[in-house]
Amino acid sequence: MTASDIVVDSLTKSFHISERRAGALGAAVGLFQRRRRTIQALKGISFRLADGELLGLIGPNGAGKSTTIKILCGILEPTAGHCQVGGLVPWRERIRHVARIGAVFGQRTQLWWDLPVIESFELLRDIYRVPPDRYRTTIGALIAMLDIERLLDTPVRQLSLGQRMRCEIAAALLHEPRVLFLDEPTIGLDAVAKLAVRDFVKTLNRERGVTVILTTHDMHDVEALAERVIVIGNGSILADGSLSALRRGALAERRLLVHFAHDVERTEIPGATIRRWEGKGEGEGRSAELSFDPRVTSAHGLIAYITSKFDVEDVHLDEPPIEEVIARFYALHAIDG
Amino acid sequence: MTTAIRPYQAVFRARFNLLLQYRAAALAGFGTQCWWGAIKIMVLAAFFRGAGSTPMTLKQAIDYIWLAQALLTLLPWSVDPDVARMVRSGDVGYDRLRPLDTYGFWYARAVARRTATPLLRAIPMVLTAGVVLPVLGASDWALSPPAGWNAALLFTVSLVLVVALAAAVATLMEIITVAALSERGVNMIMGGVIIVFSGNLVPLPLLPDWLQPFLQLQPLAGLLDTPLRIYSAHLVGAAAVTALVRQVLWVLVLVGIGRVAMARVMARLQAQGG
Amino acid sequence: MNALRLYGRYVAVSWRAQMQYPGAFIATSIGAFGATVVDFIAIWALFARFRQIEGWRFHEIALFYGVVSVAFAVADALTRGFDIFGPQFVKTGDFDRLLVRPRSTVLQLMGYELRATRIGRLAQGMIAWGVGMHFSGIDWTWNAWATLLFAVAGGAALFCGILVLQATLAFWTVESLEIANTLTYGGVEAAQYPLDVYARWFRNFLIFVVPLGCVTYFPVAAALGRADRTGLPEWLLPLTPVFGFLFLAVALRVWRFGVRRYTSTGS
Repeated sequence: MTASDIVVDSLTKSFHISERRAGALGAAVGLFQRRRRTIQALKGISFRLADGELLGLIGPNGAGKSTTIKILCGILEPTAGHCQVGGLVPWRERIRHVARIGAVFGQRTQLWWDLPVIESFELLRDIYRVPPDRYRTTIGALIAMLDIERLLDTPVRQLSLGQRMRCEIAAALLHEPRVLFLDEPTIGLDAVAKLAVRDFVKTLNRERGVTVILTTHDMHDVEALAERVIVIGNGSILADGSLSALRRGALAERRLLVHFAHDVERTEIPGATIRRWEGKGEGEGRSAELSFDPRVTSAHGLIAYITSKFDVEDVHLDEPPIEEVIARFYALHAIDG
Repeated sequence: MTTAIRPYQAVFRARFNLLLQYRAAALAGFGTQCWWGAIKIMVLAAFFRGAGSTPMTLKQAIDYIWLAQALLTLLPWSVDPDVARMVRSGDVGYDRLRPLDTYGFWYARAVARRTATPLLRAIPMVLTAGVVLPVLGASDWALSPPAGWNAALLFTVSLVLVVALAAAVATLMEIITVAALSERGVNMIMGGVIIVFSGNLVPLPLLPDWLQPFLQLQPLAGLLDTPLRIYSAHLVGAAAVTALVRQVLWVLVLVGIGRVAMARVMARLQAQGG
Repeated sequence: MNALRLYGRYVAVSWRAQMQYPGAFIATSIGAFGATVVDFIAIWALFARFRQIEGWRFHEIALFYGVVSVAFAVADALTRGFDIFGPQFVKTGDFDRLLVRPRSTVLQLMGYELRATRIGRLAQGMIAWGVGMHFSGIDWTWNAWATLLFAVAGGAALFCGILVLQATLAFWTVESLEIANTLTYGGVEAAQYPLDVYARWFRNFLIFVVPLGCVTYFPVAAALGRADRTGLPEWLLPLTPVFGFLFLAVALRVWRFGVRRYTSTGS
């Protein structure tokens, strides 16, 4: 097993929630007798991740993503099951394990709020016991790659969210971990910042071979980065494979956007469903959006049919937005499971 | 007349209800207060054992200490945190928008603050010191009932005056906070001053003799010392009534100063733009 | 970088952060001085009238007071992280951040802040200590100094232990109970006077349950040459502060248990 192979086997986690009773009388009773409810956050999940893979972990809220990440980080113990990261059991050998991983939690900062960024870095260097010369090399590279040179002397509280996130990522990597956990890293960032983060993570993974586990709600993050995707729903793994396989499995659908040159009447199109039809209007107003199953209707055939029937200004072929694919996927499994 | 005081009544009631919700906090401090009372009494008892004549008996001192603990929350230890917040955020000016006499409004609020919580805190303390201790066989350390009907009556009157006086002091502290734009200075100083000069730290009669004339005349004596000494008949008859009159006088003086100060401070605020 | 050096770095960071607002620091420190010196004033006032308590004199009480004040000031300065542990770390889930770092949680919490304003209490404690020593007329040997310093160390350890235990409660109840205040501030209050002025059961509580007597009464009595009042052999007295350290060790064990529970239930 290499330094960062991750093995997860039948991981199970239950939480016991004490329920509060309503009303004053209930509160008084509650002092003596707690009603407990068991929530099964993870119902035996298993997967393996090889050194250098980039995994996207997606799922609706409450599905078990955070629980999985916490267990892999070593800050939560599972109820049953087995897990190893680079040969270490995370929660049993917390300090050794945690020295080899990096984590970025999108909502929370691990930098010191009132300190200049560079001082947070130096403090972390000491916490992680990074030798000074290695630190200099590593931090130099990170500062260059993330373009944060100008920010080093600014107190963290004065940074914008995008700036702070770049510094967080640098902070998570300055001890050269072999595994990086990213929990919602692009949340709240503007488009430019998101691209910067995605680019960086891609480079980190492809060129430096750092294993990355990314949880996110932003499907474009997943599209841009993850070759492999695991979908977690209701504590179980619903899918484990590539994004295109997921797409095919959930939603065999393509979209055709047509712009008309003149006003047209709404007409049924054989082999396609009309999602939207605006026959009249100025400029961009005259358009229609059609969806079709590529297994049944060929895109080529459909376009030929439409251009023969109507005066078409422009056509655009696309896939449904990834959010829809995933939503469809969840819906499918709620019905089945 | 009733319409005139209605807004003040409403303020009073609202405050009262809010404070009744702080039950949890009240309960938490109870253990600490019992501990404090117990230590002070044991220490005093040890001092008394080796002493000749003392300005008050040990029994009187014990009553004094337990009641001082019970009435702790009546005292204006610090500036009302709501007022402090208002001052810091600059919202103080809004009070001027209400169709009320500002001083009266603040005073009513200070009085309300001193009626709900203190009641809740005092009862368990009095019960523990007065009932539980004798039951446990520690009558020597327990709180005794008032020394007679006269004492009880005058004590009650004095307690009402304590509320009036404490509210006046508290309001004055709030006004100073507005003037200083921060509650920090007031809080720093007042805590220590009150604990010493009200008799909470050490019963006033036990402080050095040469200080006694000053101690009896200063306003804070009326916060604890006066009622507590009346209770255990350390102050009787004419002396007791004199002390009550002094309480009333200080209430009037402090309210007067408060009104004047309030007017000056508010005028200055308005001149500066609120 | 070993733990001590890392702690040194934390202290440097914390100091700089507090010195960013020098006015507030000075004001709060003076306030702390004023608030605590009031206790010493009470002692002075009572002795002005009574002259002695159970055969103990003013300067001796001053020394008891000084030693426990200094011990608590040190512990109070070190443990801000534990003070706010419940609301700041457990409630918010920020404790996870600490767990993700390859260092002991205790070290990280101690490094959270070194409360420099506690110098207020420290200063008045040292003044009382000085007064006590000066008026005692005793020839202060290295031995006596060692005893007193060991007592302060043991006292600081004991108070830290109490505060760690209070923080550990946060793992179970979200609200932090004020119980520890009774033992810390109450403990300082109680230890100002030699334990033989208190009732027997109370004295025993302060020796066997919360070993306050072992870090103040016994060693200071020995230093003052009043070993006879304690009822214990004289050679034993200077060693009793070790119970303060033992208390802290127990408290840290309970803390580890609490952390274990946090990681298994996920709060």
